[in-house]
Amino acid sequence: MGVPVRIHVNGALHQHDVEPRVLLVEYLRDVCGLTGTHVGCESSLCGACTVLIDGQAVKSCTIFAVQAEGRAVTTIEGLAQEGRLHPVQEAFWERHALQCGYCTPGMIMTAVQLLKDHPQPTRAEIAHGLKGNLCRCTGYTHIIDAVEHAAGSRQGAA
Amino acid sequence: MSTTTGEKIGYVGRAMKRVEDPRLVKGIATYVDDLRLPGMLHAVFVRSPHAHARVKRIRTDAARAAGGVVGVFTGAEVNAQCGTIPCASSFPDLKSPKHTVLAGDRAYFVGHPVAVVVAATPYAAADAAELVDVDYEPLPVVTDPEKALEAGSPLTHPDLGTNAAFTWNLTGGDIDAAFAKADRVIRQRMYHQRLTPMPIEPRGCVASYQPGEGTLTLWTSTQIPHLIRTLLPGMIGIAENKLRVVAPEVGGGFGAKLNLYAEEALCSHLAMRLGAPVKWIEGRRENAAATIHGRDQVGDYEVAVSKDGRILGLRNRTIADLGSYLQLLTPAIPTLTGLVVTGAYKIPAVRMDVVGVYTNKMSTDAYRGAGRPEATYLIERLVDLVAAELGLDPVEVRRRNFPAPEEFPFNTATGLTFDSGNYEGALRKAQQLARWDELVARRTSRRRAGALFGIGVSTYVEICAMGPSKAMAAGGWEWGCVRIEISGKVTVITGVTPHGQGQETTFAQIVADRLGVPIEDIVVLHGDTSVAHYGRDTYGSRGTAVCGSAIVMCVDRILEKARRLAAALLDARPEQVEFADGAFAVKGSGGKRLGWTELAGEAYIAKNLPRGFEPGLEASAFFEPENFTFPFGTHICAVEVNRDTGDVTIVQYVAVDDCGNQINPLLVEGQVQGGIAHSIGQALFERTVYDEHGQLLTGEFMDYPMPRAEDIPDYVLGSTVTPSPVNPLGVKGVGEAGTIGATPAIANAVMDALRPLGVTHLDLPLAPEKLWRAIRQGHKE
Amino acid sequence: MSTAPFNYTRPKTLDEALALLTAHGGNAKLLAGGHSLIPAMKLRLAQPKMLLDITRLEALRRIEERDGRLVIGALATHAEIAANRTVASRCPLLAEVAASIGDLQVRNRGTIGGSIVHADPAADWPAAILALDAELEIAGRMRRRMEAAGDFFMDIFETSVEPDEILCEIRVPVPAGPGAYVKTAQKASGFALCGVAAVVDAKARRVRVAVTGVAAVPYRATGVEEALAGKPLTAETIAAAARHAAADITPLGDIHASAEYRAHLAEVNTTLALQRAAAR
Repeated sequence: MGVPVRIHVNGALHQHDVEPRVLLVEYLRDVCGLTGTHVGCESSLCGACTVLIDGQAVKSCTIFAVQAEGRAVTTIEGLAQEGRLHPVQEAFWERHALQCGYCTPGMIMTAVQLLKDHPQPTRAEIAHGLKGNLCRCTGYTHIIDAVEHAAGSRQGAA
Repeated sequence: MSTTTGEKIGYVGRAMKRVEDPRLVKGIATYVDDLRLPGMLHAVFVRSPHAHARVKRIRTDAARAAGGVVGVFTGAEVNAQCGTIPCASSFPDLKSPKHTVLAGDRAYFVGHPVAVVVAATPYAAADAAELVDVDYEPLPVVTDPEKALEAGSPLTHPDLGTNAAFTWNLTGGDIDAAFAKADRVIRQRMYHQRLTPMPIEPRGCVASYQPGEGTLTLWTSTQIPHLIRTLLPGMIGIAENKLRVVAPEVGGGFGAKLNLYAEEALCSHLAMRLGAPVKWIEGRRENAAATIHGRDQVGDYEVAVSKDGRILGLRNRTIADLGSYLQLLTPAIPTLTGLVVTGAYKIPAVRMDVVGVYTNKMSTDAYRGAGRPEATYLIERLVDLVAAELGLDPVEVRRRNFPAPEEFPFNTATGLTFDSGNYEGALRKAQQLARWDELVARRTSRRRAGALFGIGVSTYVEICAMGPSKAMAAGGWEWGCVRIEISGKVTVITGVTPHGQGQETTFAQIVADRLGVPIEDIVVLHGDTSVAHYGRDTYGSRGTAVCGSAIVMCVDRILEKARRLAAALLDARPEQVEFADGAFAVKGSGGKRLGWTELAGEAYIAKNLPRGFEPGLEASAFFEPENFTFPFGTHICAVEVNRDTGDVTIVQYVAVDDCGNQINPLLVEGQVQGGIAHSIGQALFERTVYDEHGQLLTGEFMDYPMPRAEDIPDYVLGSTVTPSPVNPLGVKGVGEAGTIGATPAIANAVMDALRPLGVTHLDLPLAPEKLWRAIRQGHKE
Repeated sequence: MSTAPFNYTRPKTLDEALALLTAHGGNAKLLAGGHSLIPAMKLRLAQPKMLLDITRLEALRRIEERDGRLVIGALATHAEIAANRTVASRCPLLAEVAASIGDLQVRNRGTIGGSIVHADPAADWPAAILALDAELEIAGRMRRRMEAAGDFFMDIFETSVEPDEILCEIRVPVPAGPGAYVKTAQKASGFALCGVAAVVDAKARRVRVAVTGVAAVPYRATGVEEALAGKPLTAETIAAAARHAAADITPLGDIHASAEYRAHLAEVNTTLALQRAAAR
């Protein structure tokens, strides 16, 4: 049984009737066709499904789509503006902060909020801020490098 | 070899960012779960909650009647049509249970699939799966591989009559003489825990049958699309040339996806049977229970030494817990441990006995390192125990047993030939980077202050670039293809299947330099058997060494052909033509240069070709490695252990790895860092736990601890470069080195920290409670 | 892995939520942050027929000081509490506990009320609630009642909140004395193997110490409190008192930590928490 849901996704309004049990991540992937947000677990521990709701990083595998009614959701696909990578995306590329790439969208979305809250984080603050995101490939060092790099480049740009 | 761009600085050797990254950081890459085909159905598996049970009856009527359900299938309905899951290893006397895609009348492990529901949506399939009613009769469970060998033990597979799948032994040198003349024999029992690989993307597949063509396409999250194309046809009754296997973007493998799994075979069968695409996406709990595990070896190890610390012989009996079935390489892992058990040392005599044992658990198989982490851990621990027993410096004991650089190629007692090495060089460099004397002084002062401070060293060697076909079950060669397109752009096709290793970049670097073209003009394709016709795929740190070499052969062939064409077009003899900066010209003429665009145009339009000249500018090649490669290095770790809690803090970490020539040092660094992280997990907290009833207690991320960003120390990483003589690139491989070299360094450091308390050995993982107990015990004594 | 089907509604007021809760009997569940409920629903361990999404009841989200009490709405998220200025100045212990929960994303979504009512024995909040002598306001259709923290936690996953009631507020007397929270996390889940909250009431020359993760129900370490009553807080008195941190309880044991180790951590973390609180 569908419930009408209106969600702003990456700036565009999406209106659908959605079964209440559809998770936000499923809504984004299956209804909106935005498959950049990934699922790595069912217990909200891996962070691969991280998106922003009203600017706050959340795990979209642990939210029903109906709960996001009226909210603004930003996914990895919505970060790059006018074809230009977001500074965090750029930094992940620059610092080889990804290998298989599966955790990467969630990692980047978390880093975006992290840098919003702490524009000049220490390495320890970065590591702490990324606690909710598992990566099995990189060993994290290059990810921390990348977030540090993004902070630096944003400062340089400011 | 062939013409190259010579001394000019090219792409190879540069720390370059990756070609594959933009699609990944934008979230627009296509993983298997991102595929949506018209009319696609969804499969959900019903799995055994028991470790061992008779499947008495399965009632599927309610599930069949549920909304959206297309079909519900049990073993009785599909096993006869699906053949059995293959194992590539064969020993004389290997006892192998029939491994059907669904359980037959017995379920052998928690997570064993007993039925599958196919429905229009994943929700409907999940709902209906709840309605499948399976009547189980629990049977006695085998969980302890040692007890499993005792007379009267329950049997994992009663029809085999034993729990022992195989016994295997390896002897080299005169082991009895070695122990007879030893000044000292050091013995230690060691258990190498079971681990779960846990790639962040679980497994999954989509199978689609095209009845008109009679062809089946299987997209699957795998490391081995080509091996699947070899193995699957016989199982499901389709011709090899009617099967296309595609590994799309793959979200991590670590060996877990180096297998042909029941779900892949069954979804393929069902797609043909139902005439609709069938998709299955593994949940994390399924992944923990029904995707292969790694390690799980226990053994009693003995080393014979002279009083000056020279190792004369090594012998042991290892019991390997295979789990309930043989997956693709299950028996080959503990035997690989046996082959490299002598580590980086000249050990003249070896005897290794391995018993593979069936238990009611998920199969063990290749998990990152696959047999070598076990070997490296045990030999590196043993060297430290030898040093402690003899009162020698563990670093000095290592030095005394190294083969010298001039002794390479070095033959081991286990029958391997190490291609090249300078173990002392890597050790020396690591000690420099660690500021060894300061580090030792710091240990002294920290210990004086009451701290539990330890330093651990591991000087490892491993085996990569798998491998010479005579040593591999299904061919160890690799295939590549390089094509200069008519536009002058270059397409490289590889038979390996990178899933994070970055070969779209490294292979482009290699080809760009050799053809003298900008890297932007190169596209590297992989992972689709209809594009990359042949391949043996990605595992065993083989991609760059073996396929990179095939690609070099292709480039050489193209250069040779292009030279002949250029000569004809320039009215010269081929030997008068030189190649530089991507163009051919008559030597010393300063005249006309023919670049790839001109040559490709001529080669394909084919109006001016010399008589008998074959059109086109494409070459493919199979590279057959003459030997494995043997990367090596030294890892140094310093830790402090909290006396009150047993918590371990890594206070310093230095790694010097020698993987031969480096195509892209940035990617080498990434592989090393990622590998060390696996080691940190393995050394300090990861373990897969089954209880005595065979219930999996680490069945999800809630219970299986993996390293997170805060667990990672700052590293000092360095390298030495000892090129391999066995391939044209001089590369060795680096995908597993960190996982092989680091665990023993960390373990040795923790053990060193506890040495003042009289603790000599603890098994992995060195988790806080275990250390706390040892510390408390140490204080009592 | 999908949940069983259910109906969903978003009551506009607390009264409406209470009415629906009563109307649906045991078949309805409240949905707040969802970080305990949704994972259980995915495993189909929980299969409510109706979810009442109360996350938008702004009245239950406020954080304010009222009549000598810091009042935290049950729907305040961990992140909101960690970042709130009033909390930081009037009861920093709450901010410290909030910041120690889960991870950034979980803190953005999970709520204090949801966590407390779920009563996971390894949750962080109960230690703080107990050590701060908080009171909990619980609303039913007919009445609102106050419950002392000490009477709130009944058993594993069981509190004194009835199925037709809603936890509305957590009230903490302020200014709270200096406090500290020391947690040893379960490595995989981040939950507490042992979390100890300590509060020093300098005027009364008393401490309050509460422990989560160690027993089936979070508890006040009364043995520790009594041993320190009226005494100066020195390294020696604290260490001696901390030995009682797991007295009179039955510690939990599992693959992550044995009962014995949990009890030991209770002592270690009690010592640290008291030392830190005393130094603040």
